[in-house]
Amino acid sequence: MIVRINPFSALQDLGRRRFLAGTGATLSAAAVALMAGRPALAAGQGSKHDDLETDVRILNTALGAELEAIAAYAVGAGSGLLQKPVLDLAVQFQGHHKEHAAVLAKTIRKLGGTPVEAREHYQFPTDGLKTQNDVLGFAAGLERGAVSAYLGAVPLFRGRELASAAASILGDEAMHWAILRQALGQDPVPTAFMS
Amino acid sequence: MKHRAATAVLVLAALVSLPAGAIVPGDPVRGEAIYARCQACHALGYDRTGPKHCGLFGRRAGGVPGFRYSPAMAQADVVWDANTLDRFLANPTGMIPGTAMGYAGIADRQERADLIAWLRQASASPIECPP
Ligand code: HEC
Repeated sequence: MIVRINPFSALQDLGRRRFLAGTGATLSAAAVALMAGRPALAAGQGSKHDDLETDVRILNTALGAELEAIAAYAVGAGSGLLQKPVLDLAVQFQGHHKEHAAVLAKTIRKLGGTPVEAREHYQFPTDGLKTQNDVLGFAAGLERGAVSAYLGAVPLFRGRELASAAASILGDEAMHWAILRQALGQDPVPTAFMS
Repeated sequence: MKHRAATAVLVLAALVSLPAGAIVPGDPVRGEAIYARCQACHALGYDRTGPKHCGLFGRRAGGVPGFRYSPAMAQADVVWDANTLDRFLANPTGMIPGTAMGYAGIADRQERADLIAWLRQASASPIECPP
């Protein structure tokens, strides 16, 4: 049995601990600390604000890529090139990306940031998509890139709970990649390490 | 035997005398495979979450018209070439703090050199990057 988990459950009470919108209050506390001649304390408050901004920035870039992936799967599923059962996979994977996007947007809001929105128009290399395998190869490339993107984000998060949540998404993207490779007749897990 | 030892010493000396930060020759074939890591966000020919890479060499950082860069990238006083790309790709947020490219970077010098060698060719390719 697969138990559905919330990778961001560690963030449930995040609002109280780290909150960007609350920095008005913390900044004035910093100002008070400065006036009281305690610049170290003031700097500490400033860096907390920087940490939140950094994390929101990373999450928003990830959200932008997830929104594009949702649109890409819509193009793939709507192309008429995918046959069942591969078509079902595409729809299922798109559903995962929607879940990723929803949780990223929610977390960004929780941290006091503003989530990026989906663009009205995305460009895709549709000229090169003529067969089912073309579509699968395109999707596999996006999923493989997504693994790298999350891998590259994990060490940058200032909040460790965010790093762990990103790693949880990374695991899902890696499964997509492997299944798409399998569907293409390629070695589904070609390496022991991802980079 | 003696000859071989002498050669080894020469090669070693050459390696040691490479200044820190010098660019090792890159292999574009390996570089193309490494570019797969960038393909959640970038394409050569069109803007995605990240800006397109066509025309990258010689362009100012933040220089793709119409792409919405972070203030940090838009204001960076950098022109992209093999050296600046090597620094950026080693540690994007270290070189340009506040960049929206939330990506830790490529620690391996040879991998960076390979990627840059490929980017140099591909970003000027008349097929991928028609004028
Ligand atoms: C998670 C998404 C993401 C990944 C992965 C990513 N980038 Fe970026 N990249 C961006 C974004 C977003 C920007 C714009 C940054 C800004 O405005 O601060 C950018 C900017 C750049 C720039 C500056 C371009 C310009 O026009 O000034 C270069 C060069 C670059 N990326 C190369 C790469 C390479 C090479 C890789 C793979 C090793 C890579 N990026 C991986 C999102 C990403």
